[in-house]
Amino acid sequence: MNLRRVNWPLWAGLLVTLAGFFSYITVFMWYPVTRDFPWANLLLFLVAAVLLFIGLRRAFARDCPHRWRSRIIASLVTAFGALVIALFLFGFFVFARWIPASKGAPQVGQKAPDFTLTDTNGKSVSLGELLSTPINGNAPKGVLLIFYRGYW
Amino acid sequence: MAISVDPPEASRNLAQQAGYTFPLLSDRNAETIRRYDLVHAGAGEHGQDISRPAEFLVDSSGTVRWVHLTENYWVRARPEQVLEVAKLLK
Repeated sequence: MNLRRVNWPLWAGLLVTLAGFFSYITVFMWYPVTRDFPWANLLLFLVAAVLLFIGLRRAFARDCPHRWRSRIIASLVTAFGALVIALFLFGFFVFARWIPASKGAPQVGQKAPDFTLTDTNGKSVSLGELLSTPINGNAPKGVLLIFYRGYW
Repeated sequence: MAISVDPPEASRNLAQQAGYTFPLLSDRNAETIRRYDLVHAGAGEHGQDISRPAEFLVDSSGTVRWVHLTENYWVRARPEQVLEVAKLLK
C-alpha cells in the first residue's frame, strides 16, 4: 500500500478520537487528576481534530486521487469524529451536572438525621449505634457517610 | 459507611471485588436518601429513584461537621480531602 495514496491523517484522527472517548472510562477515570477534569481526553481530542482537519484538506486537494470518493469518505469520517467529541463534551460537562441541588440536605452544624439500614450481612445498623459502639475499646470519633449511586 | 439503593447481595459483591472493609448499607426504597434530600429521581437504570453522590462527616454527637455535594457526578471527594477534615473530629 502506498502511504501517499492512503489518507493516513484522516484514519489516525478517527483512531485518536475513539481513543479519547473510551480512555476516560478505561483509564483516566481511575486517577483523580485526570478524572475531575478530563484534560487528558481533551488533549487527545485536540490532536484528533488536527489530524482530521489535515485529512479533510488532503481529500479536498486538487491532486487527490478518486476525488469524489475521497471527499465523501473524509467528510463522513470527520463528521463522525466531531459527533463523538461533542457526545463526550455533552456527557461530561452537561449530562453529568444534571444532579438535584439537594437544598434540604443536612448542613454543617445540623444534626444528621438518624437511620436504620441493613448491612451486607442482613444486620440492622443505625447511625446512633455507629456513633456509640466502641471500636477497639475506644469511643468512635465520628462516622463518614458516603451516599453513592449504586449499581442496582 | 456507604449507602445506596443496592440490595445487600449487590453490596456484598462490590465490597468483595473492591476489597472494601467498611460497611455498605442498603436503602432499598431510598427512605434515608429521601430524608437527607439526596434523591436523584428516575436516574436508575430502570427509572428507579437513586441517591446522588454525597459525603457527610458526622461527629460523635451526631452533628454534621463537613458536607460534600458534588456538582458533577464524575467528581467525588478525594481521600486526602476527607483525611484533612477528619482532623476536625476530637
